[in-house]
Amino acid sequence: MAGSLIVIGVFLSLIATFGVIRLPDVYTRNHAASKSATLGVMSVLLGTFLYFFLTEGHFNSRLILGIGFVFLTSPVAGHLLSRAAYYSGVKLWDKSVQDDLKEQKKKFSKR
Amino acid sequence: MKSNDIILQTITKVTLFVIILFSIHLFFAGHYYPGGGFIGGLMTSGAIVLLLLAYDLKTVAKILPVDFKIVAAVGLLFAVGTGAGSLLFNVPFLTHAFGDMNIPLLGETSLHTATLFDLGVYLVVIGVTMTIIQTIGESE
Repeated sequence: MAGSLIVIGVFLSLIATFGVIRLPDVYTRNHAASKSATLGVMSVLLGTFLYFFLTEGHFNSRLILGIGFVFLTSPVAGHLLSRAAYYSGVKLWDKSVQDDLKEQKKKFSKR
Repeated sequence: MKSNDIILQTITKVTLFVIILFSIHLFFAGHYYPGGGFIGGLMTSGAIVLLLLAYDLKTVAKILPVDFKIVAAVGLLFAVGTGAGSLLFNVPFLTHAFGDMNIPLLGETSLHTATLFDLGVYLVVIGVTMTIIQTIGESE
């Protein structure tokens, strides 16, 4: 039970690293890194929590807190990285078809 | 350039309390578990740095109207005071004492004067870190 959660978490983190290597531009890489790494880390933490709870009867509330904290902050970090990349002018992948933020950015930089 | 930081500011409001609570937990757990004044103080100043990232220096100065140089001085006073307090009982400098006391709300607690020394370390770490960061942040 705990072991399988840890294996799932490690597998998701591995997928995240492959995504960071394979995907074409900053935004898709950030997409891979922030999503699957978050779920991977949360699974590993939950597996660790369950291991200590089931085998040693030790309720470690810090791991629960860590799960909640990673869940709250990691997507926000991804959002801020993406936004900083967009506003500093990093190009989208050349096969992307739609950029709805472009108008907004033009208005933004004129002010 | 005025930017729209609402996601960062909202998540700061939520996580700030978690970080400060965890730093206080680390501070009090220091005697029996990993933790203590140094890492607790660093984590508290980390929470204030997060506040500085989400808002600006003036807003944080309004929220926390504290001169961090005075915080460091008070912390040093705590550390020296607990050391010098042992001289009153005719024992060497920095000898600590502890005892089990019955506090009305908390029940049986073991109190140790090393906690007061640790509180001094905690305040010095907050004071020094925040003074460094605010001084660097203010200079143009």
